[in-house]
This record gives sequence, structure tokens and C-alpha cells, in this order.
Amino acid sequence: MNVHAPITLTVAEQALLNAFDAAAGELPGDAAVISARDRLLHAVRVEGLPTRRVEAWHYTDLRALLRSVPAADPAASAKVVAPLVEGAHVLSILDGKASTKGAPKGVSVASYGAALTAGTSAADLAERGADDAIGRLNGAFVKDGLAITVGSDADLSSPIEIQVAQSRGQSHVRLPVTVEEGVTATLIERHISTDDAPSLVTAVTDLTVGKGADVTYVIVQQQGETDSHLGQIRFTIGQEAKLTLFVINAGGKLVRQEIHGVVTGEGSNLTLRAVNLMGGETHTDVTFTMGHDVPNTTSTEIIRNVLFDRARGVFQGQIRVAPDAQKTDAKMACNTLLLSDDADLSAKPELEIFADDVQCGHGATVADIDPTQFYYLQARGIPAPKARALLIKAFVAEIVEELDDEPLVEALESVIEAWLDKHSI
Amino acid sequence: MLEIKNLHAKIADTETEIIRGLNLTVKAGEVAAIMGPNGSGKSTLSYILSGREDYEVTDGDILYNGESILELDPAERAAKGIFLAFQYPVEIPGVATMQFLKVAMNEQRKARGEDELTTPDFMRRVKDAAGKLQIDPAMLKRPLNVGFSGGEKKRAEILQMALLEPKLCVLDETDSGLDIDALKIVADGVNALRSPDRATIVITHYQRLLDYIVPDTVHVLYKGQVIKSGDKTLAHELEANGYADVIGAAA
Repeated sequence: MNVHAPITLTVAEQALLNAFDAAAGELPGDAAVISARDRLLHAVRVEGLPTRRVEAWHYTDLRALLRSVPAADPAASAKVVAPLVEGAHVLSILDGKASTKGAPKGVSVASYGAALTAGTSAADLAERGADDAIGRLNGAFVKDGLAITVGSDADLSSPIEIQVAQSRGQSHVRLPVTVEEGVTATLIERHISTDDAPSLVTAVTDLTVGKGADVTYVIVQQQGETDSHLGQIRFTIGQEAKLTLFVINAGGKLVRQEIHGVVTGEGSNLTLRAVNLMGGETHTDVTFTMGHDVPNTTSTEIIRNVLFDRARGVFQGQIRVAPDAQKTDAKMACNTLLLSDDADLSAKPELEIFADDVQCGHGATVADIDPTQFYYLQARGIPAPKARALLIKAFVAEIVEELDDEPLVEALESVIEAWLDKHSI
Repeated sequence: MLEIKNLHAKIADTETEIIRGLNLTVKAGEVAAIMGPNGSGKSTLSYILSGREDYEVTDGDILYNGESILELDPAERAAKGIFLAFQYPVEIPGVATMQFLKVAMNEQRKARGEDELTTPDFMRRVKDAAGKLQIDPAMLKRPLNVGFSGGEKKRAEILQMALLEPKLCVLDETDSGLDIDALKIVADGVNALRSPDRATIVITHYQRLLDYIVPDTVHVLYKGQVIKSGDKTLAHELEANGYADVIGAAA
């Protein structure tokens, strides 16, 4: 028999258990949901948060890095802010409480809290595996969220912005999003902080891209300097469908954004682009796994990291090609601009290929600003600090500009500029 | 306008001296051609004039309008009116050409205490100058020099020169990689900028460019020194006889 000695809980772990006890009465769900929550939290109680000994968390020792967890705060007072793209349809989740108002025609929006109460969502709460700490925490605590279905009659001349605004305390939200067959849609999942107090947000998104659909899904994380953000998006892409997933991390003290995708339909394509802006004493992790499970699918992944100060960054990217997924074409690149000797980036690309007729590749670069480009700009009269700022912005703007949507490109560039203005060197 | 006195310079992190006692004077209004075989120090001289950090001046001085510029960084030199048209213009992905032009023009204006250009004024200037150089406006929306052909890159350099209105223009091998039509367009662009208060240094291997940009003076650079100076007929002599005679006579 295998008996584990009970672990000594950290301050953060104890705070999580306390928060669960405090909230237990008000967490929505039928018996199946309640038992799923208990099981998930039990795992936290017994195993604690993952440490570097758990492979998926090797570079982000959550147990050591998550120093404290703020209790739910009745003074929480997040309000909706203007959307990133003018004219976007805003669906809001304020301090964890979702509103179903604001959906454009043809888009159905339902409260996830209501789904939990009705007991139709217990199965969603299952963790992805023993190392799924984000799924575990979110599943145990999730109270609300938005279930969004974009139908074929949707009027999407403007994007949908799902605005998750947190002032303080903690929130755990779920976003099941389905884009139906043949629909072209742009959705922006935006995480913002509305005050300086520390917060913990976990967010799990389940995105289903229907057959022939063309979806641009943007995750913009702009949490505050004292906030912890644990995000996870799981997606499937149907036959002949296209998903452009764009992630910008421009905030937070401790951030992990997981991206877990499976292409399930032939002829489908994933374009993943991520911009990670890191400064101060922060830790930002983007972990990506991708399964090419059927033949004739393509994916390209480009990750651009900019690090200042004593920031630590992590990129883990794993592409799996199933034995019968012939003609898979996958290319992954992780490029880093390291602007401080005290900053640090760990990149771990992995390819697991079980088919023999595929094209897969990966590459990682780490560099400072290119001295020739820097000299060229200066030789045209652009002073050194400005030349440097231009080149840093250019390094990330290059992938933003690939998006074929001018208002969206401008909105994302303004997020990047605002961040860089605060972190100039 | 420009006075180079007994200049010695080396590559910063080595001991290799490339410029070895170079003397050269270029007056306002003058077009001076600098010719010389490979490895004579022509490109190095252009980099040193522009203030590139990779080179270190170990002796001598460079006076521009009577003042030493050795302590100025490249941006300060540019704002004072020194312009280098690069032999290999640098590609900068993520910076649109228009955006780059606007920043460069306005930063130089700021450095000189002038007002920034209004957007309509800026657009008008770019449109005029681009038209003269037969530059497709679509090219200006693309990232700077990225995917430009050799000829487009050189034209883009001359466009920058026209817009920045420098006082001392240094053209480093501007003819390399150009076909004859592109060469004429570029030469016309340079000639249009000739004026009594502007000096131009044309660095070239071949006499060909000098048929279109006719120099007032020609200087032969060899092993980091000017070994012979003359008028435009010197360029023809070099074309006919090669560098060997001149080098032999100087040795």
C-alpha cells in the first residue's frame, strides 16, 4: 500500500482551502457538480500545488511562486471599461459575476452559473490530467462565466469583447464558446484589473470551432502588478476550419496561460501568435500543446517575448502528430528579445511525431537588439532611446500586423505601446 | 564644409588599422568622388563619418563646418546634416517605411529646435519626393527595406536623403546592384539635390556612376590614405588603366 505523508500546506494552499470552506455554501451546482468540486479540491489538499518536480510545471514552480491568495473581497467593485476595438459588443464578467446582456443578434449568451446550478456542466469540470492545476482550481471554485454560441445568422461586423474585469479578491470563470459551422467571427477575451489590490483570476475557455468556420480569438491579459492570472484555453478545430489564436500578455505578477488544442477535422488550420511583454519581478509562462490527430492539417506558431528588468519568462510548446495524421505541416518559433542581463527565459519546444509523411519544425532564438538596425535608425537622426523603443515595438508588431483587421491591429498595438511606455530603458 | 585631418581609425575590438593618415577636404557645393580598389577603406570611411560605434578613431580629426564631430553620436551627426546612403540598406521588419520617415524627419527637426511636421505637410513632401524617384506609394506602406529589390532599396535611400535635406551627403556604392535605368533615376535624384550649400561624397568602384553624377574632384583611396587627387579626368584614367599605375606611382 502506498501511503503519502500529508504535505505541509503553504500559505497560498491554506488560503485556497479556507476560501473553499468560506464559499462552499454559495458555489452553484447539483450533486454531481458538488462531488466534482470536492474531488478537485481534495487533490489540492493532498498533493498541494504543482512544484518543479511535475514536468509540466518544471519552469513554473506554482507552489513556490504563488505566495498568497487574496480572499474574496466584498469591496470588489470592478466596472466595465471601453472596449479595445471601438464598437465591439461587450459581454462582461465583473469580479466573477457574468452578465448575459450585450450580445449581438445571432449570438446566444447564457450564464455558466445557471448551467452549474442546473447540473448540466459537471462533465466540463473534469481536469485534463493529474498535472492540470489550472483546471483543478478553476473547476473547484468556478461560480460563473458565459456560455457563448455564435450562430450562422450572427451579425458580426464588430468583434465581441468578453471583458473579465477584476478589482480585488479572487474569481474563477468559465467560457464555453462555440462558433457554428461556416461562421466568421472575431472574439476578444480580455482580462483587466481595475484597482491596485492583489487578485487571483483563473479562467478556463472551451472553444469549439465548427466545420468551415473562420475564427480569430484574441486573449489580452492586462492584469495589475500584484495580480496572479492562471488561464487555460482548450480548443478543437473542425474540418476545413481556421482558427487564429492571438495571445498578448501585458501585465500580471504571476501568469500562466495554457493553450491546449486538437485539430479534429481534415484541412483545418491553426495560426497561433503570442506576444509576451515582461518586466519588473514577474513570471510569465505560456504553455502550449497541440494535437494533429487527423491528416492534412497545418499549424504555425510564433511566440515573441520581450523581457526587461528581472522578469522570468517560460515558453513550452509541444506538437504531437498522431500516427495517421499524414501531411501535417507544423512550424513553431519562439523568438526572444532579452533586454536585461537579469532577465531570464526558458524555452522548451517539443515535437512528438508518429506519422512519417509530415513537415514539422521548431526554432528558438534569444537576442538583444540588432546592432545594425539600431545604428541604421540612429544614422537617420533617431536618438538611441527612441531607436531602441522603435525596434522593440517592431519586434512584436511584426506578428500583430499579420492580422488582417486594421482596427484590431491598432487596438493591440496600443496595448503594446502603453506597456512599453511604462517599461522604457 | 568637411575637413579630414590625418585620420587614423581601426575596428573597435581589434587592432586592425584601416584608415591610416587620411587627409581630405570637401567644400560646400562640391561633389567629390572617392574611388579605390576593394579593401582600401572606402566603406569604413563612410561609417566613420556617420559615427558608427564599431570603429574607433585613434588619431587625427574630422571637422564639419569647422567643428570636430568625433564626440557626436550618429543621431546628432544626422541632425546636423550628415547623411549616409548605405551600400546595404538595413531591413527593419515591423517598422513601416512611412512611419520610419516620419519619425526620422521629426526627430531631426526636434533636435534642431524646429516644429514637427503636420501630417498633411509630411504626406505632401513624401508624395512629391517619391514621385520624382518613381517610387510606388504601396512600397512605402511596407516594412522598411523588407522585400525591396536592390533597386528599390537604393531608391528608398535617395528618398530619405531628399526628405531629410542633409548638408553633407555620403553615397556608399550607391551604384552597386543597379541596372542602367535604376542608376539613371538614382543619379537624377542625387543631381537634383546638388546645391551651393550642400556637399556630396560619392564612393564608388566604377567610373560608370560618375558619367551620371559628374564629380568636381576625384580622390583615390588606397590602404587607408588618399594617394592621388584630381578632377573628373582622373576617373577616366582609372577606368582605362586600372589602379595599378596610380598605386605604383604613389609607392
